[in-house]
Amino acid sequence: MNKLGDALREIVKYPSVIVGLSIIALFIGIAIYTVIAIPYDEALRLWRGGEDVWYDHPKNARPIWVDWLTRDALPRTITASSQDEAVTKTTQVLSQEMTDVSFSLVFDYPYDGFPQELSLFFETEYEEKLPYASLTWITPDGRAVRIGDFSIEGDHTYRLSQDTKLQRRLGSEQPEKALFADPNSPDPEASPPLKGTYEMQISTLVFGKDDDIDAELVIYGQVQGLAGTDHRRRDLMVALLWGTPIALSFGLLAAAGTSLTTMFFAALGTWFGGWLDELIQRITEINLVLPVLPILIMVGTFYSKSIWTMLGVIILLSIFGGAVKTFRATFLQVKQDPYIEAAQAYGASNARIIFLYLIPRIIPLLLPGLVVLVPSFVFLEASLSVLGLGDPVLPTWGKIINDAYNNGALFQGHYYWLLEPSLLLMLTGLSFSLVGFALDRVFNPKLREM
Amino acid sequence: MTAKARHLQPDAEPAQPFKLSTRFSTFSRVAKYASARMIMLFVTVIIGVYLTILIANMGGYVDQIRRGQIQEQIGLRVQADPSLRDLPQGQRRELIQQLVIQEERRVGLDTPFIVRSFTYLKNALTLNLGRAEYMTSDSGSKQVRLILLERLVPTLALWGAANILLFFSSIFFALFLSRRYGSLPDRLVVALSPTSSAPGWFYGLFLILIFASVLGVLPFGGMVDAPPPAGKIPYALSVLEHLILPTTAILMSSVFLNTYNWRTFFLIYSSEDYVEMAKAKGLSSQEIERRYILRPTLPTIITSFALLLIGLWTGAIILETVFNWPGLGKAIYRAIGAFDTPVIVGSTMIFAYLLALTVFVLDFIYALVDPRVKLGGGGKRA
Repeated sequence: MNKLGDALREIVKYPSVIVGLSIIALFIGIAIYTVIAIPYDEALRLWRGGEDVWYDHPKNARPIWVDWLTRDALPRTITASSQDEAVTKTTQVLSQEMTDVSFSLVFDYPYDGFPQELSLFFETEYEEKLPYASLTWITPDGRAVRIGDFSIEGDHTYRLSQDTKLQRRLGSEQPEKALFADPNSPDPEASPPLKGTYEMQISTLVFGKDDDIDAELVIYGQVQGLAGTDHRRRDLMVALLWGTPIALSFGLLAAAGTSLTTMFFAALGTWFGGWLDELIQRITEINLVLPVLPILIMVGTFYSKSIWTMLGVIILLSIFGGAVKTFRATFLQVKQDPYIEAAQAYGASNARIIFLYLIPRIIPLLLPGLVVLVPSFVFLEASLSVLGLGDPVLPTWGKIINDAYNNGALFQGHYYWLLEPSLLLMLTGLSFSLVGFALDRVFNPKLREM
Repeated sequence: MTAKARHLQPDAEPAQPFKLSTRFSTFSRVAKYASARMIMLFVTVIIGVYLTILIANMGGYVDQIRRGQIQEQIGLRVQADPSLRDLPQGQRRELIQQLVIQEERRVGLDTPFIVRSFTYLKNALTLNLGRAEYMTSDSGSKQVRLILLERLVPTLALWGAANILLFFSSIFFALFLSRRYGSLPDRLVVALSPTSSAPGWFYGLFLILIFASVLGVLPFGGMVDAPPPAGKIPYALSVLEHLILPTTAILMSSVFLNTYNWRTFFLIYSSEDYVEMAKAKGLSSQEIERRYILRPTLPTIITSFALLLIGLWTGAIILETVFNWPGLGKAIYRAIGAFDTPVIVGSTMIFAYLLALTVFVLDFIYALVDPRVKLGGGGKRA
């Protein structure tokens, strides 16, 4: 064991190990933070949520740091709600059964680009007759634009950007452009929007005594959050963060599970020899021609896509992997050592010899192999997700790549969507490989001389 | 697969350069070795395929496929029979039901699974893979065998091209670096070898992003332009153009680690006494490399390449999906999407064959280059 300690002291001298270990430490930190900050149930609620959770997020918005890299101020998402304290509702009783409720949602627009979309979310309480609203848009230079008049049913969402009538009225231009365009500029379509304070005036007629209306205006920006959003308005940060503990635990568990079981069977075969050794060797050869990924695909499509089922199947399929042969070669050497003979002479049990004398000797071979294996399993999980066989509930890096790929991120230029999970995968893979390669060189000096 | 490849290095013994014995006895020894290996592999494949069947049928899926097919066949047969056309609806249904039960008994669906599993094994071994549920081959057939065999050509074209390129470029660079041990390119390859932890499709995504999305110089995917160019030469050129990115992706995912491993290996061998001797004799460095370094290491290198290839096959499914390459992998991907069970099971069989075939072809090459086989010193594999 002292040798192991020496080796560990030596390994920190490698700069690549320092880099690799610090990345791994960073990822472990992120993983712990994530599990504490966003509990499992909350993560699932967020990730599986639809418009109800993410209504105030734009679709496919780029990350905020894109804004820092460009000179123009890219529009962020602005929300203005009638429930804000600054907004005052004026109520005017017109007649016995008619009351006018008016308010205006005011916001500042300081950006150089046009918003992505405009939506109004109404929340109404009414007895019998539906409230009737008329909307007017006031631009910073004082123009008033009539948006529309309609009755509102319950919780209604009015998407200005999809209102074809409004579009026609605005001269066949997208509302989110026409409403923000500067009319004095020579070319209103190409020039930046008019900056300043905008106002959405909403005056409604309600027909019951206790009837009330609330509205929230959302001006969807082009950038959102540190990670951007996907096609379902979800903040990618949730999946990027939660992907970390999943990738790490999956990679480590799979690598440890396969390495340890493989080693155990190799030790068993070598120690007892004879037919057991033969059998293990033959199984290894058969295992070699088993198509692992197609079998995983079968398991995924037919039985369960759960990441833990996959983990179990992967471990089962790699028990008799190619590593059996390497371990066996080393065990055969160790078996000849005099101290094993001595142990036998004083009557040590088979279990004692295998677990206390044989297996510890193989750690120099096992440890680098284990660490090097981690990335291949992290990528295997991503591969399964890319094939659409990712875990049905958990957000993982591979599933983001799958979403991005299937929704044409490459064709439409949403590169951040693909690059962020890829970068994390790459860093994880690289850090474990760096450490594993260095461990290999320290533990197996034959390689180090080269 | 990095670990697997590296695991192979330690136990290669230096073999002395040898004189050729007569051509005929060499041939017969190689043939004997190859046929022995082929029988071994065939047994291995049978067991592998049988295991796959067991896994596939754990939830009775293969049975379900068969039942569905029988139902469909008999339904069609009854409908097509003019003498039965006048039967009332209820009676006809009853007749179909009866025939289905009869047919199920005939093909042995009522026998215990252990008996049936051997029927399935026979079907799988003869590539009698049944009919697809949704997918059709390009020629319009629903036979799983035809769907998959049609896809085999593009897959073999891509993987053949990429792997041959990988093999020769790795050997070339490894020899080059072993001559310039410690130089900048050598250290660069050592530093870059951890990048092989990412699979080919992963680099594929980046390559598509750079060369197709941003630069727009190479196609996003597919095998030929749509519509395919007329004439053989433009067609071939178009295929070549589409081959560039996937081949590069495969190369990127393995060439650095492979070169690094082999270069280490060559370095170990170039410190052997007989290499020093050859140097002392004043042989040219090319000759030393060819006869004293490459020759004895080739068997082990080929074995390590076989393991690498097995790993790469696994990646084929996703790489073809990412590049929209109309091969086996893409077919599996579509089958997953359409939940086409017969195709998924069938392609697993085909992959088992392909793996075994890869092992066999490399075994054969191994037999050709390994002096121990040629000289009849027992076909012990390194």
